[in-house]
Order: sequence, then structure tokens, then C-alpha cells
Amino acid sequence: MAKTANSLAKRAGDMMNWLDDRLPVTSFWNAVMTGYQAPKNFNFWYYMGSLALLVLVMQIGTGIFLTMWYKPSAAEAFASVEFIMRDVEWGWLIRYMHTTGASFFFILIYLHMFRSLLYGSHKAPRELLWVFGMFIYLALMAEAFLGYILPWGQMSYWGAQVIINLFGAIPEIGEPLTIWIRGDYFISDATLNKFFALHVIAVPLAIMGLVMLHLVALRENGSNNPDGIEIKANKGPDGTPLDGIPFHPYYTVKDIFGVGMFLILFSFILFMWPEAGGMFLEHDNFVPANPLVTPEHIKPVWYFTPFYAILKAVPDKLMGVVMMGASVVILFFLPWLDRSPVKSIRYRGMWYKVLLASFTIAFVRLGMLGMAEGTPAQTWEMRLWTLVYFMFFVLLFFMSPGGKTKPEPDRVTH
Amino acid sequence: MSSDDVNKGRRGFLIAATSAVGVVGAGFAAVPFIQSWLPSAKAQAVGSPVEVNVSKLKEGQLLKVQWRGQTIGVLHRTDEMVADLSKVDAVLADPESVKADQPEYIHGEQRALRPDFLVVNMHCTHLGCVPQMIPQVGPQPFDDNWNGGFYCPCHKSKFDLSGRVYSGVPAPTNLRIPPYSFLDDNTLMIGVSPQGAV
Repeated sequence: MAKTANSLAKRAGDMMNWLDDRLPVTSFWNAVMTGYQAPKNFNFWYYMGSLALLVLVMQIGTGIFLTMWYKPSAAEAFASVEFIMRDVEWGWLIRYMHTTGASFFFILIYLHMFRSLLYGSHKAPRELLWVFGMFIYLALMAEAFLGYILPWGQMSYWGAQVIINLFGAIPEIGEPLTIWIRGDYFISDATLNKFFALHVIAVPLAIMGLVMLHLVALRENGSNNPDGIEIKANKGPDGTPLDGIPFHPYYTVKDIFGVGMFLILFSFILFMWPEAGGMFLEHDNFVPANPLVTPEHIKPVWYFTPFYAILKAVPDKLMGVVMMGASVVILFFLPWLDRSPVKSIRYRGMWYKVLLASFTIAFVRLGMLGMAEGTPAQTWEMRLWTLVYFMFFVLLFFMSPGGKTKPEPDRVTH
Repeated sequence: MSSDDVNKGRRGFLIAATSAVGVVGAGFAAVPFIQSWLPSAKAQAVGSPVEVNVSKLKEGQLLKVQWRGQTIGVLHRTDEMVADLSKVDAVLADPESVKADQPEYIHGEQRALRPDFLVVNMHCTHLGCVPQMIPQVGPQPFDDNWNGGFYCPCHKSKFDLSGRVYSGVPAPTNLRIPPYSFLDDNTLMIGVSPQGAV
């Protein structure tokens, strides 16, 4: 018995050697998994990245299967989605996985980004990591918007109408630009077919490339951690960081636990509440697109509403679009706006806690107001929170160099 | 050849020249792909005028038709509606329609060939939603002194019953008026100007 096992093990080793001579499998695995030392003090917030990767894979997988039945034409799109929901074997499951996955993608990404604000993960030497992440976020917004057009419901149609016309606010080139994007003088079959192509191939390819860059940049400097100190500053005699543990098996196991918990929550929404009360799938989108009638209460899906609220708060077409664009673009510059000598919120003074808390409340409140009917009182509230949103970056820039800090520890804490 | 013999100047020039030609070539190659996004010949050809019979349109009723993919509203205005138009002049951004996109034969507060029929491109000049007509005079959730008009559900822009925009709303200009003419008392031709008019 033992002899057979030994020879089997030897056979496997030989095969691995053969492979390694031709493809750097073992050395790659060692470099990025077993040999990669990650800080030992990761907490809950460090689940989001790997879960976002999981959802990306899930979106690609379910998306491929949806394209097998979906018809990207104005005449057939709405019916083909209902066909998937009713007549295709398990079609309802695959589509609900895709729609629920879209919203969960944004939940995870928002938490992932918030983690950066907590622990200063965007600060040097990880500025590019943050910038790649922002590009992923931008591509993800494009992907979600394009995908939302495809069912060709009322919200698909009028959402596209509003978003594409945002480009029309640009002086001089705005109008021709909207025609170029639509491929027609109004939202039509040409627009739908084009957006389908962008949604299923162009943007996903870009997202995968950006995710690759994001991961390479992550491995280059290693993860930040809740204490915001560099573990590479304290190395043992063997050259490995004292506060580091091998990514595999320690964090692969932790992440698999996270996957389990996540899938329980995900499945609950997927099976019990896939429309999320009109948050994930809007009621008006169960009505076929009608170019003659705008739905009474038009609003984007929840993950766009904070920015939409900023658009609504400004009583001028061009300025509204500029402010909305600026609210996203300013995030790219966060690593350079945050000039604090300390990374983690744990060792920053009360000033940062107050700033971050008001920013978070502003973002959530804007998101809620972006969905609301829009009474005059709400418009004023949106203006207030828009101000708070932008003031976060201004105050951060001026307060962070001199803001009170506490001494950082030499070693990570638990 | 040893590295001392390398003519660095010539090498630099060749690299720059090759790169420049490559970039120009790529630029030219991109043109067909960028232009393929423009409206096709078929999409450009669609745009024939639309004939509308308004004989059955009662006073106060709004009829929506499609012309070149746009929603065109035909509103049969009552005498009272027309008389009330000047009441809101003070709160309008452009009561004389100076900045509006409309044919030259359309002018004044009525913005119509015949005061009883308003023909208007219904798409909000903000982001293209179709406003609802709310003809009732009286307080509304969005306006305490509503005089009847169009209200955009998307971003709260307000227009009067001539499609003139209120000030302080996101829409920058009055609703557009398409070219149109009357073939006879009851027949409208949308997309064709009256004979002799530009």
C-alpha cells in the first residue's frame, strides 16, 4: 500500500516538474499565495475584495448563459427576458443571480472603498492601487448602466434617455455626441444593440484587465492593514515580516469562510426578495419601453442615486452635470488630498472621525434622497448634503497635514 | 559593431519617425470604427412628415404622436388657457421665446400658428423626459401657484401651456416647436412648414 502511494506521489511530483519547466506554476503560486506575507491583523472589512472577485466571476458566468437566450433588438428584447424568466429551464435563477449579483457587486465595492477611508489604504505607496480601483468602479458603473438598458422596460428606456442626454449638456459637441452614442436621433434598436455589445464584451474585458492591474499593484506593496503601518518595516532574521502570515493557507481559508457567509446572505435575497422592494429591480421596468410616456417617478437604481441626487440638487443643466461628474472624479484624487502622516483612523484625531462620519451620512442620505419624489424641502436637503460631500475633500486637504494624530504602534495590534 | 559605433541621434530619429507614422496610421484606422457609431443610412432616411387629424381632439385634450422618434404633443387649448398665458410671464425664464428652438413663424406667448392648437416637441430640454400635462389651475405639490402647464417627473422642470420654461428649474430653454402646418382646418402636417415660410 505505502509503496503504491509513494510511487503515485513521485509520479505527481514528476508531472509537476514537467509542468514547471514549461509554465511557472509552482513559482507563481509561491510568489502570490504561500510566499506572500499578508498582515496578520485583517478584520471583517478585508472580506470585500475577494468577495467582489467572486461576484465578478459569477456575473461573467451567469451573463454568458443569459446571452444564449436574450435577443438584443427593440422588438424582441423585453419578451426575450420574460421568456428567460418563464420558459427557459432555470432561466429565472440565472437571471436573478445576475440582477442580484449586480447590486451586491456595488454593495461590496462601496464597503471595499469605505475600508480604504477607514484605514488609509489609498495612501502612499498604494496610490496607483486606489486609482486602478477607481477605474474598476467607473467601468462597473458603465457596465451596470449598459446592462440596465437590455430588458427594454420603461426604466431601461427612460434611464438611458436621461443618462445619454447628460452628455448633451457639454457645450458645442454635446448634441452630436449624444447622436454618436445612440447611433440614432433617439433611443432605438441601434442603441440597444450597441449597448449589448459593450455590455457583454467591451466593458467586461476592460474590467478584467483592470482587476489584473489592481491585483498586481496590490501584491507589489502588499495589503495595508487596520493599523495602517507597514509590516515590512519589522522583519525577522529570515527576512519575512514579523507581523506577516502566508496568504495561503491563512487568508484563503478566512476568505472561504467569508464566501460561505456571503452566499447564505446572497441566496436569501436571491430566493426570497430578488426585487428588493423595487431597489434591485424597479417596478416600472416590468412595463415594456414606451417612447411616448415617461414613468411618473423616474429614478436610477440605488447604487447611482447619491450622484443622481447631486445632479437634481443643482438648478442648472450644465452645472448639474459638472457637479455630478466632479463628485465621482474627485475620488480619484483622494490619495493626494489626504495628506495626513498617519494612515489608519485608529491613530488620527477626532477631526477625521467627524469628517468621515459626516461624509458617510451625506453619501447615504444623498442616496435616499436620490430615490425620493423630490419635494422642495428635499431639494434643499440634497443641496446641504452635496455641500457636505464636497466639503469632506476640501477639509481633508487642509486639515490632514496638521490634524491631530496619535502615535502609531511599531507592531500591529489585535 | 561595438556600442560606440551606435549613432544615437539617428536611432532616436528613426524611433520617433516610426512611432509618429504608427500613431497616424492607427488614427486613420480608428476612423471607420468611430464613424460606425453614427446613425446608419437607414436611420437617416426615416423622418417623413406625419399627418394628424385633430377634428376629434376635444378642448383641453392632448394628443401625442411620434415624429422622427420624438414625442410631439398636440394640445387643443381652451380660450381660457390662452387668455391665462400672460399670467405667468413674471416667473418664466424666457417669456418671449427669444432663445427657444422654434421655427421663425412661431412667436409670442402663444407659440402657435393657431392659438387653439399648441404643437410642441414634448421632450424636456433638460434631459429628454416627456413631461406630464397638468392643466388644472391651483396649488400642486411642486408649485403653490400653478397656472396649468407641463411638469417633468424626472427633474422637476416646469413649463406653461405654451411650453415656456419657468425660471429656477434645470431645463435651460423652452420646449422645442417642430415645423408644422395646417393642410385644412382639421389636418395638421408635422414636419412641414407652411408654404412660403422658412
